Amino acid sequence: MVGQIVSAVGVMIVGVLACIAYFWLSNKLLDMIFPVRDGDVMAASRSLRRRAIVRPWLFVGPALLVLVVYLVYPVIATLILSFYDRSGTQFVGISNYQWALNDREFRQSIFNNILWLAVVPAACTFFGLVIAVLTDRIWWGNIAKSLVFMPMAISFVGASVIWKFVYDYRAEGETQIGILNAIVQGLGGTPQVWIALPFWNNFFLMAILIWIQTGFAMVILSAALRGIPEETIEAAVIDGANGWQIFWKIMVPQIWGTIAVVWTTITILVLKVFDIVLTMTNGQWNTIVLANLMFDWMFRGGGDSGRSAAIAVIIMLAVTPIMVWNIRRANREMGGH
Amino acid sequence: MAAAVAQLRRIGLPRLIVHLSVLAIVLLWLFPTLGIFISALRDKDQLAVSGWWTALSTAHRTEVARLADPATQKQEGNLYVIAGNVWEAGDARTIDSFGTRIQEPSAVKAGETADLGEGETLQVNADGSYRYAKPEAFDGSRGRRIYLTVTTPPEFTFDNYRTVLNSEGIGRAFINSLTVAIPATIIPILVAAFAAYALSWMRFAGRTLMIAMVVGLIVVPLQMSLIPLLRMYNEIGTIFGVPSKTYAGIWLAHTAFGMPLAIYLLRNYMVGLPKEIIESARVDGASDFEIFVKIVLPLSFPALASFAIFQFLWVWNDLLVAMVFLGTTKDQIVLTGNLNALLGSRGGNWEILTASAFITIIVPLIVFFALQRYLVRGLLAGSVKGG
Repeated sequence: MVGQIVSAVGVMIVGVLACIAYFWLSNKLLDMIFPVRDGDVMAASRSLRRRAIVRPWLFVGPALLVLVVYLVYPVIATLILSFYDRSGTQFVGISNYQWALNDREFRQSIFNNILWLAVVPAACTFFGLVIAVLTDRIWWGNIAKSLVFMPMAISFVGASVIWKFVYDYRAEGETQIGILNAIVQGLGGTPQVWIALPFWNNFFLMAILIWIQTGFAMVILSAALRGIPEETIEAAVIDGANGWQIFWKIMVPQIWGTIAVVWTTITILVLKVFDIVLTMTNGQWNTIVLANLMFDWMFRGGGDSGRSAAIAVIIMLAVTPIMVWNIRRANREMGGH
Repeated sequence: MAAAVAQLRRIGLPRLIVHLSVLAIVLLWLFPTLGIFISALRDKDQLAVSGWWTALSTAHRTEVARLADPATQKQEGNLYVIAGNVWEAGDARTIDSFGTRIQEPSAVKAGETADLGEGETLQVNADGSYRYAKPEAFDGSRGRRIYLTVTTPPEFTFDNYRTVLNSEGIGRAFINSLTVAIPATIIPILVAAFAAYALSWMRFAGRTLMIAMVVGLIVVPLQMSLIPLLRMYNEIGTIFGVPSKTYAGIWLAHTAFGMPLAIYLLRNYMVGLPKEIIESARVDGASDFEIFVKIVLPLSFPALASFAIFQFLWVWNDLLVAMVFLGTTKDQIVLTGNLNALLGSRGGNWEILTASAFITIIVPLIVFFALQRYLVRGLLAGSVKGG
């Protein structure tokens, strides 16, 4: 164990030093290749111009390299693999997609993903907005916010353990150690195996993601609410609007853009949800979602890269509109630079 | 009462409702986590039979005890008596009540005498001592079985932590997680900072295209990368005869997956730095390398800190990348992977699961509470990223 710590620290130092050395040495080298000597003005200005052309690429080089190798190339490769057979050698046209459309598990995944998309972003945004509005009005609001925000730091796996304990089931009549069944039994109901309850179990898994992500929505929306100009609210008060009207007619329209950002961010997260389903049910009891099905096919029966890639492409397709919207928004904001 | 009403009027009923609803929400949000914090510290036998919310109250449990053999009976006047103590010496538990049938383990209060019919009586005291008497001699070879309702004081212990750290591999996994997370946080910061500087303060062909690419890549699902990368790693492993699952491999993977957000966040910040400082340094003959290292990097500290926290939390909490790029052997499995494995193998042992979960989430929680300010700032700046 000590050996591993030492070697980890060693590699860490070497890695960081190598990074620094690359940037420092490559810059030095560039200055040496295109020297600027006093006297020859023409040569000096030519050197300077050439340095200015090359240097940006020294700066973005490593970043560009990892982006291309780890993201751009794999996206294209996955797209191509989705038209090939299980081992990626035989072209099979669109048969992986045809298989998907007729596969019971795939249909179940699509259905569940749509369910997640319909519930989680809406619930997170709604709770986030409500909590942001409420906590802005009390003196201990920041403490409350911090505690609601806290699950953001907890891993999905950790959160799954936390909630599996909440949902824990003992046979009827026994002492329940899961709080949900304890409450149900205390109120005279029948304890349930919540995560195996067909259809509704999806919602018990969603509760975990809502619990984690509401804090995110709250933080962003709370900042947006504070950015609303006081005058607009004062004007509404003078005109005799009540609290409800101020909230819906004055505040919400002004933070509409932020609500959209929160909604889309959580939407992307939901499309990729994997850990929660893996740890809670591993896709059993009709809870499977696309990311889990994809992972499953990566290794199932020795792995089927064609089917797996096809599922990944379908997740990607769902994300694409948001991606395009983001790029356009960023381009608009960048206009000045 | 009048004072309370006046108080209420001063605070105002609507305000009180706001306070109470926020309190309810906070408790609702805190309760699940509290459950594992408390459970991890409880005695594992108590944990298995009572809810964690009863941890502070004394637990009532039904136990079975056997009275002494009939051979030990003594004659007192016209009664045959068996006497003794159901506990072994030194047991501190107290008996609430007792009974002779399993259906009624608390039929009679401790210290009272139960009439068992035909002159047969049984008295069990709170400290465990008993007296069992009958007009006729006891026969049979074994002592009578009785049922006790026992009160145990709450017990808290660090035993669960000792167990998971040593025998469940969590201690080792903790080191593995650190080995993954620290370099996978530092390397992308360095690489991204240089790129972000070039993208904000240097002019070159293809700059706009690269910015658009970075923004687009922020939301690309990880799933799109996994299959080709897994193949690539395996091929490199075969060609060069090295293992395909290494720490260096996962550092690079995390560096790449964090890169789009890192560049985006840092560029947004660096673009906002005052133009005059950088231009005047240029006029003074400083090269871009010097400007970056001496001026831009120190000024960008808040953005660097924001991203560092993001990346650290993301890497520490990640399960998918670790499952694909690292092995599941003892010297490579990370905390999240180990916890996931324990969920399968130790599904019902809540003392192990809760203690392991606590160790898994404690580092991110410390980072979160210590550096929340930077985290919030980063979130506000980079809310296009999907996690």
